[in-house]
Amino acid sequence: MREILGDLQRWRRQGRRVALARVVDLEGSGPRLPGAAMAVAEDGEVAGSVSGGCVEGAVVTEALDVLATGDRRMVTFGYSDDEAFAVGLTCGGTIHLFLEPLDW
Amino acid sequence: MTDVSDPGDGLFDRLASLLDDEVPCALATVVEGRGAGAKLLVRRTSGDDMEVHGTLGDADLDRVVARDALGELSLGRSGVRHYGEHGEAREEAVSVFVESFAAPPRMLVFGAVDFTAALVRVAKVLGYHVTVCDAREVFATRQRFPLADEVVVDWPDRLLAEVGPELRRRDAVCVLTHDVKFDVPAIVGALATSVGYIGVMGSRRTHDDRLARLREAGVDDEGLARLRSPIGLDIGARTPEETAISIVSEIIALRTGRSTRALSATDGPIHD
Repeated sequence: MREILGDLQRWRRQGRRVALARVVDLEGSGPRLPGAAMAVAEDGEVAGSVSGGCVEGAVVTEALDVLATGDRRMVTFGYSDDEAFAVGLTCGGTIHLFLEPLDW
Repeated sequence: MTDVSDPGDGLFDRLASLLDDEVPCALATVVEGRGAGAKLLVRRTSGDDMEVHGTLGDADLDRVVARDALGELSLGRSGVRHYGEHGEAREEAVSVFVESFAAPPRMLVFGAVDFTAALVRVAKVLGYHVTVCDAREVFATRQRFPLADEVVVDWPDRLLAEVGPELRRRDAVCVLTHDVKFDVPAIVGALATSVGYIGVMGSRRTHDDRLARLREAGVDDEGLARLRSPIGLDIGARTPEETAISIVSEIIALRTGRSTRALSATDGPIHD
């Protein structure tokens, strides 16, 4: 999360609502380690990343839904997933993300 | 253990302020189970004392997680741990993600030369806390190394006597002085620490000459084997910037223990 701290602080100062997605667990080969983070502001602006670009599009959709509903959630991306074709990791690994509103 | 705040109140701002000040800390978040999203921010104050903010919703769980989070922090490790609702081991009612914010690794660069400026820039990209040290005050200036965290006018052995005991495997010492007057004390001082990487710049001829001087200074074979001299990977680097890339590539490869061949020429997993 350290890499996107500046963006998070700025967005909060501007009063924008923000969802935070963090890699919490990793199975097999994956480009980013636990702690890698990506933030999505309510207007769709993005900072950081949680993979090599494979799943970021899907994370934006999930993050905006988290802001709309206020529901925190775990989301898994990987080849074991049914939606692997749409949003799998090309490296064949599985990542588990925790998504939450930055309301703390 | 001091609890000095209301649950969750302003935790992000508190975390941001610790990170801005480069204070090591760990953030624990319940990611599955009762109270998902609840958080605990913990840092070591002195000895076994800790400062804790927030709560995971149960005092016993807080106590166990705070202790474990400090353990993970000391290893620089982030990951999910499982507990019972009151912190019981070997239960899985609650999953907690512990994110460690360890102090950044350190790089000490001896010698305030053009190569140093490029190395400082690249090291900052990689997140190092960078100290430039040179005994010549006309060269060791803030203006020349605006990105360095510290620019110290002093002799290398004196700086190492001060900060050496804090150096660990993930830290690096780069000796770019090209001058035996400075680089012998820098190398001898660095070898007395637990630093993971000691790189020394110089041509092959300088290297041979320096080896002789280091032996005279009492450095044994084991010590010499720790040196990366001449510094850097053989990628044909010529400019200061290219050389900086070759140096940090060597630092990364030494840490990971990976081959330094092209991935296109090797098999096996890309990430461990």
